[in-house]
Amino acid sequence: MGVGNLPMNVELKHIHKHFGKVHANNDIVLNVPSGTIQGILGENGAGKSTLMKVLSGFIQADSGEILLDGHPVTIHSPADAIQHGIGMLHQDPLDFPPMRALDNFLLGHSGGLFPDRKAVARDFKRLAAQFDFSLDPDSYVDSLTVGERQQLEILRLLWLGARVLILDEPTTGISAIQKAKLFETLRKLTAQGMTVIFVSHKLEDVEVLCHTVAVLRAGKLVGEVKAPFQTKKLVELMFGKEISLGARQAAGPGRSVLELRGVAIEDIRLRMSDINLSVRGGEVIGLAGMEGSGQGPFIRACAGLMRTVGGRVLVNDRDLTGKSYHAFKRNGVSFLPASRLEEGLVPGLTLTEHFVLSEETKGLFIDREGGRKLAEDRISSFNIRGTPLSTVESLSGGNQQRALLALLQDPLSLILLEHPTRGLDIESTIYIWNKLKERCKQGAAIIFISSDLEEILQYSDRVLVFFSGKVSSPLDASKTTVEQLGNLIGGKGWESLKTEKAHG
Amino acid sequence: MVRSNRWVNLGFQLAALVLALLFTTLILLAAGAPPFDAYANILRGAFGSMINFTDVLAAWVPLLLTTAGLLITFAAGLWNIGVEGQIMLGAIFTTWVLRELQDTSMPPALIITLGILAGMIGGALWAMLAGALKTFGGVNEIFGGLGLNFVATALTLWLIFGPWKRPGVASMSGTVPFDDKLALPAFTGLRLSPWALGIAMIAIVIVYLLLQGTYFGLRLKAVGKNPKAAFLLGIPTWQYMMFSFVLCGLFAGAAGAMQVVAVYHRLIPSISSGYGYLGLMVAMLINYQALWAAPIAFFYAALNIGSIQLPIVLHLDSSLSGVLQGMLVLFVLLVEGARQRLMKKA
Amino acid sequence: MDTQTLITGLAGVLFAAAPIVFAVLGETFSERAGVINLSMNGSILLSAMGGFAVAYSTENIFLGFLAGVLIGAFVALIVAFASITLKQSQVAVGFVLTLVCRDLSYFLGNPFMGLPGPRLPSLPIPLLSKIPVIGPLLFNADLMTYFSYLLIFLAWAWIYRTRPGLMLQGIGERPAAAFVRGANVNLMRYVYTVLGGGFIGLAGATYSLSVKAGWNGTISGLDGIGWIALSITIFGGWNPLRAAFGAYLFALLQWLGLVLQPSLPGIPSQVLQVAPFPLMILTLLFVNIGNAEWVERTLAAMPESTRRVLARLLRALRASPPAALGVPFESE
Repeated sequence: MGVGNLPMNVELKHIHKHFGKVHANNDIVLNVPSGTIQGILGENGAGKSTLMKVLSGFIQADSGEILLDGHPVTIHSPADAIQHGIGMLHQDPLDFPPMRALDNFLLGHSGGLFPDRKAVARDFKRLAAQFDFSLDPDSYVDSLTVGERQQLEILRLLWLGARVLILDEPTTGISAIQKAKLFETLRKLTAQGMTVIFVSHKLEDVEVLCHTVAVLRAGKLVGEVKAPFQTKKLVELMFGKEISLGARQAAGPGRSVLELRGVAIEDIRLRMSDINLSVRGGEVIGLAGMEGSGQGPFIRACAGLMRTVGGRVLVNDRDLTGKSYHAFKRNGVSFLPASRLEEGLVPGLTLTEHFVLSEETKGLFIDREGGRKLAEDRISSFNIRGTPLSTVESLSGGNQQRALLALLQDPLSLILLEHPTRGLDIESTIYIWNKLKERCKQGAAIIFISSDLEEILQYSDRVLVFFSGKVSSPLDASKTTVEQLGNLIGGKGWESLKTEKAHG
Repeated sequence: MVRSNRWVNLGFQLAALVLALLFTTLILLAAGAPPFDAYANILRGAFGSMINFTDVLAAWVPLLLTTAGLLITFAAGLWNIGVEGQIMLGAIFTTWVLRELQDTSMPPALIITLGILAGMIGGALWAMLAGALKTFGGVNEIFGGLGLNFVATALTLWLIFGPWKRPGVASMSGTVPFDDKLALPAFTGLRLSPWALGIAMIAIVIVYLLLQGTYFGLRLKAVGKNPKAAFLLGIPTWQYMMFSFVLCGLFAGAAGAMQVVAVYHRLIPSISSGYGYLGLMVAMLINYQALWAAPIAFFYAALNIGSIQLPIVLHLDSSLSGVLQGMLVLFVLLVEGARQRLMKKA
Repeated sequence: MDTQTLITGLAGVLFAAAPIVFAVLGETFSERAGVINLSMNGSILLSAMGGFAVAYSTENIFLGFLAGVLIGAFVALIVAFASITLKQSQVAVGFVLTLVCRDLSYFLGNPFMGLPGPRLPSLPIPLLSKIPVIGPLLFNADLMTYFSYLLIFLAWAWIYRTRPGLMLQGIGERPAAAFVRGANVNLMRYVYTVLGGGFIGLAGATYSLSVKAGWNGTISGLDGIGWIALSITIFGGWNPLRAAFGAYLFALLQWLGLVLQPSLPGIPSQVLQVAPFPLMILTLLFVNIGNAEWVERTLAAMPESTRRVLARLLRALRASPPAALGVPFESE
């Protein structure tokens, strides 16, 4: 079982899919022979996910055909897809965190009323050994890293007889070591005849791994390229033009807005201690690291949203150690969370109501006329596609992020952001960063988390790297490369850092 | 477009009303009772005479006060089921102050005023308890509130059968009635007090303005719809939740006070008359819009009063009104769900 | 108190706990699948009344039990339909149903008030009931008591040992992941909610045909049991064994209240009757307090060793609900 699965060719013929007015997939034709790794490259919103959802049975195409080994098939559901031998690994692995790895592995496998756990555990261990995965079937999934959860899902799909493996942005949130392991596994699988479809918007991943790359843009397949790849060609296909992200600007020295002195932070999983950092107005600090490496608690501690267990936190030279977020906010600190609709905005309330809430209030009764003017003003200056009476949930992701920025109070000394441009298209990303840079010019400092290393190096002055509870000393972004950063995130090269710190 | 939508919505609401009546009729038929006689009896019981009509208004007062309070907790996203106990505590506090002061030389008007204020405080304190259990203990307000309701019932019974028992033998008929001078002045020959009526109407107007027009109301709604975002926007979330409990408790306590000074003139075991649960239903039926509280609460009060005669005239249990009231809310919820489903498909 | 009285008393506790066990397990199934059936309090009353009425009219006690089960299942079906198909708030629908069912039981049950009706006969198990201590304690009860023992075991084995039970856990935790593994999430939610409702109905019928035989309307003392059962479900952490433990603990406390009443003349009986409710608040407090923010804050301020011990204790007490409890599921 598993690796003995028969090879399979996948053909997509003239796939069309509409969502309302959006033509998400427009006449996609693709042929993936068995034994190859097919890359699907494209910006967010290019139609990659839609295409993969069609292939994995989540949604049905409006028209077009799917052929497996030359036979047309209709795939009704994800469970149906796996019956046909198509398994999908989702970006956020679709597993059950509070349950054991073995139960996760077993769930969805058909058979008698009482599963034979011993036999299943044997299969599990045999498969894991085959790929050199060190997974304990008795461990709970919420104690595993994203990389390990991916491994678990791959094993499960192979065990269920997958012959085609679709991976959706699998390199987001896993370490460099785990990435290398994943690529090795995928190469091994294709060598044995498996078909792999690798969906990504990361050029470097696609370039090193794939045999062929299909590029999608605005719902259309705009080109197919075979290895070896030319980066320039791929970028052109992806964006349709050359993109300039604007030159980096060095920050002028401002006054100290945030100072951490020997700070210790602790959550259920990790403990960080003796963090020292001084941030000046106008400065941008990027926080790099795998998800769950400590940057989340760190940024929340800088906002007063998480209590520090040692050391001092000073904002504008005022000691705010142990104070609440609202005390930080009164001192000019603002925090913008990653999940916009869950934590940042209030679904059900209009843009006007949001702007009214964000302002200082005068008197008891709402000044409706003033609120409307304020909203119109902000909507035009932040270029939000919506009206004063639009509810926030009716806005697109990019417009929600603009609304969040428009809600920031005036003046500000420190803006803390989690994944400020996650899920946004390139145009919104540039717009958001221009707005943020304006804030910097006005003297605010910015600290942000991002999983996109290029974004971190592009916009930061200094970078802090997090690796399982360790925090690096600040690195000069202009002297750091994506490669170095990638290694550090994966836990490599920390020795040289420590000496650097000793000297500095 | 907007207008036609409004008509469609009205159509759906009418459908809910018809379905609720239909099902209640079926239940009456199943019980072997003549449905039309029952409905006619309820109508007569509510509007058959001036006395009946003013009784409806007298019941409308505490129900409207309770509903007004609940609109505040609902705005904050809280299911304040403990409102029933908050009414009881209001009544207990009012009774306590009246008992303490009835033999003093204080003017009755002052004693009544102090009694009502004490009732409001009693309700607010009991609501604070539910709020504290939620905020500091993580106990869901539904379960905390329910538990406190039963405790409030026990407290009421204990007072009636213990420290405040009638001379001689304690009984379910309650404590010794207060002197007439300690009652809110009523219309002559009727059980309705214009003062009570006024207080209830002022209450609902206050709540309407609070929720529709003030910064406080807007912040409360933000807390109710998304506490995390509200907190990041700078709103002190748990304080607002706590405060909404207290405000609701004030109104519920006032309702309890009215039961003592305007209706029963003593503490009885079922002093809350179930107005807390009824108020929750009214709030759900009006989809938490303060504008509709007065008419719908009036309708529910009419059903309550109208059904009192059922056991005597038709040998039917008066819980029929509760069945009809509940069926209405149930079908409004179901029909609203069906409407949303149809709209989505269209 | 001598051993004989003690054993009889404890056997009474097991007997009186049977309907609570049914109700709590029913709710556990429903919530495991992601649906809160808040109608339980009214549903128990209505099925108690209905079960009694049918058993009385047909003079067949088993038809009475069947009626109770069907009523409970039907009420649960309304909850499922309103929340799964119509996507309305489970709390709102459940709460209204609680009130409607209660009033309906009083209205329709009026003619059956206080009538002498059938009662489930006791059924000592031959041989087993003769074993000293254990026999009179466990095997000298009626059919429903035995069934309650069996159901605890069956529910536990189903959830933790079988393939569909494993999927049930998955549906409550992460419906999207259960869906890609082939589960028909919403259908399963219907099935478990209705099944759970059937057990809740059985609880009602067990009251009116066995534990508190007869129908006595507002004075039957059943109003409130459903709310207690709902909080025991939380206390039970959605695990049948822990839930059953909660049910027995509650029945034991009720019995102790009765036994102790004569020795506590200062406390009126009304107060002892409601004693379970503050106790219920307290247990919920213990189960939930670890989630409160100020606890975290206080813990952060404590010395490390104390903090670790307390944090571990709170985590052990805490019960986390299925992650998707009350959340509607839609597969794109």
